[in-house]
Amino acid sequence: MTAPALSVEGLSVEFRTRSGVVRALENVSLSVAKGETVALVGESGSGKSVTAYAVMGILDPAGRIAAGRAMLGDLDLLSAEPKELAQVRGRKIGMIFQNPRTALNPIRTVGRQIADVLIRHGNVSRRAAPAHAVEMLRAVGITDPARRAKAYPFEMSGGMCQRVMIAIALAAKPSLLIADEPTTGLDVTTQAVIMDLINDLAKELGMATIFITHDLALAGQRSARIVVMHAGHVVENAPTADLFSNPRHPYTAELIAATPDSAASLDELASIPGSLPDLRRADLPPCRYSERCPRKIAACAQPLPLAAPDASHFVACWNPLPEQTLGAPAVSAA
Amino acid sequence: MTALLDIADVSKWFPAGAGPGAWARLKRRISGGVETLPKVYAVDDVSFAIGKGETVGLVGESGCGKSTLVRALTRLIDVSVGSVKLGSRELALKPARVFARDRDRARIQMVFQDAGESVNPRFTAFAAIADPLRRLRKLRGKALKERVETVASQCGLPLQLLSRFPHQLSGGQRARVGIARAIAVEPDLLVLDEPTAALDVSVQVIVLQLLQRLKREFDMSYLFVSHDLSVVRLLCDRVLVMYLGKIVESGPAAEVFEHPLHPYTQALVAAVPRLHESGSRLRLTGEPRSPIDPDPNVCRFYGRCPHGTDACKLTMPALRAFGDRQVACHFAESFLPQARIAS
Repeated sequence: MTAPALSVEGLSVEFRTRSGVVRALENVSLSVAKGETVALVGESGSGKSVTAYAVMGILDPAGRIAAGRAMLGDLDLLSAEPKELAQVRGRKIGMIFQNPRTALNPIRTVGRQIADVLIRHGNVSRRAAPAHAVEMLRAVGITDPARRAKAYPFEMSGGMCQRVMIAIALAAKPSLLIADEPTTGLDVTTQAVIMDLINDLAKELGMATIFITHDLALAGQRSARIVVMHAGHVVENAPTADLFSNPRHPYTAELIAATPDSAASLDELASIPGSLPDLRRADLPPCRYSERCPRKIAACAQPLPLAAPDASHFVACWNPLPEQTLGAPAVSAA
Repeated sequence: MTALLDIADVSKWFPAGAGPGAWARLKRRISGGVETLPKVYAVDDVSFAIGKGETVGLVGESGCGKSTLVRALTRLIDVSVGSVKLGSRELALKPARVFARDRDRARIQMVFQDAGESVNPRFTAFAAIADPLRRLRKLRGKALKERVETVASQCGLPLQLLSRFPHQLSGGQRARVGIARAIAVEPDLLVLDEPTAALDVSVQVIVLQLLQRLKREFDMSYLFVSHDLSVVRLLCDRVLVMYLGKIVESGPAAEVFEHPLHPYTQALVAAVPRLHESGSRLRLTGEPRSPIDPDPNVCRFYGRCPHGTDACKLTMPALRAFGDRQVACHFAESFLPQARIAS
């Protein structure tokens, strides 16, 4: 593996709230290599977006980075000065936000919004920017780009707005793309086209991509490696095929079993008992899944195992599912 | 199977834009001319029936008219033309406002998309479930309380949560409130508009299994609107695929998803991400045609369809029956699996 484009090490994030400190992320580590797509998967509240926001330096003011590093080349994004960060954001890291309609500026035409990024980050002159913006729109597959550049976001469909977001994120040809649920709320047909577009452009520009989603099936189709998060912990980090054929963490196994696609009938689908623990609690167990876990043992009371630096399949569990021989049903053990 | 709900030739049009200037329209109206505003054909000539105890899925992309169709057949809005029959009774002629107080109102109930947004935020869970019982069953006092508690426990909602407001409930609990208030008045037909779209997979499973259990217990029919095909496949007996206001394919859910006959359904099925296989690259390009005053002779899917020919520009394909399936495509035969032709 080449040197990672981004490596996050031991990231912990806390939020101060009136009812106590929410320990939203604890010791999160992951890395993306150049040209690689890594999916960050988990249910809502698992800390996927917070991870992305922390890396981008756009956490809510109530949030505090308690520990960790996020190395983009030689620069630690978490301790960088705001000025340095402003040089990196948009230029070296592009981000696609969840809801394109709310993320785009409603009172600026989409052409100008792309031009803004080009002027700020893309070394394009003010005069040449509008023409470049039209080219960007063409590159993301918008028909009649010259006319569309003059449109406002509300005049476009959700899929087209998402294409504009992609154009903005990629305007300065960043080396890292963070896509936060880029297709949630879009139709499956549009989703497929948008994901193709992201994948193709990422390949073309040799970008590293962090793809955040709650859809395990989509993550499986679009990424080389999947990082599963639960309640602010990375519980499993494995190559995609390996994760599906041989999930080691009980939570991952249950998540796969709960995905409707995997079952032939509704009765076969397994639900995950319990819910996320309250992250404000002072007495959170070291393994935040242990209170829901069917495989809990005495060892679960000790601090979680740490990732070996070169392990390709990492699991944060003291009693993981056994490594399986190929072809055996992955879920029955849980 | 006797049809519980039978809708025939239903269309719903909305006036679109102003057309000619307001002044020109006023002049024309004064001079007694005919008003010809452009119309959005949200639902265009749709017919289908739902049998007793059947679960029918309705799928299609956003903007294809699913919600309008559902609102028309639950009689929340009036249809432009067509008939909506519940059993032997014609409902389409009653204005929606009158139907709200009708004796059959309780027989068709709806579960809306996100109970967090569709339930009155000032109502506690108890008040939300009690509201339809008060209005449609005229229950009061002790009888009301008993009924609410019965339904809540049938839906797996702990009774101590009944005093909470929607924002104090989790997504799964809210979904249960939405379901409980709909089944409280014992409907025959439950219309579910993406009931699990806002939920995580782990909770989604629980809600789907609850729905299936309730259906068996109370012998209800479901119309299940969703764009998540893998959920529809699991829950539904039959599926209707809608595209731009028209039904383009219908049939048993397993067969339709296994061997889709309409090119649109094929693209839809191909676009669903699967856990254990990499997806095919069958993709739809372009945007759907405009639903405003569409040309009645052009297939709605023409332009995005990978198989479109000149014939598709000249005649709109009608729904044709293939066994127990119906497809609106000139070339449906060529997509039939060989086994089917032989038999």
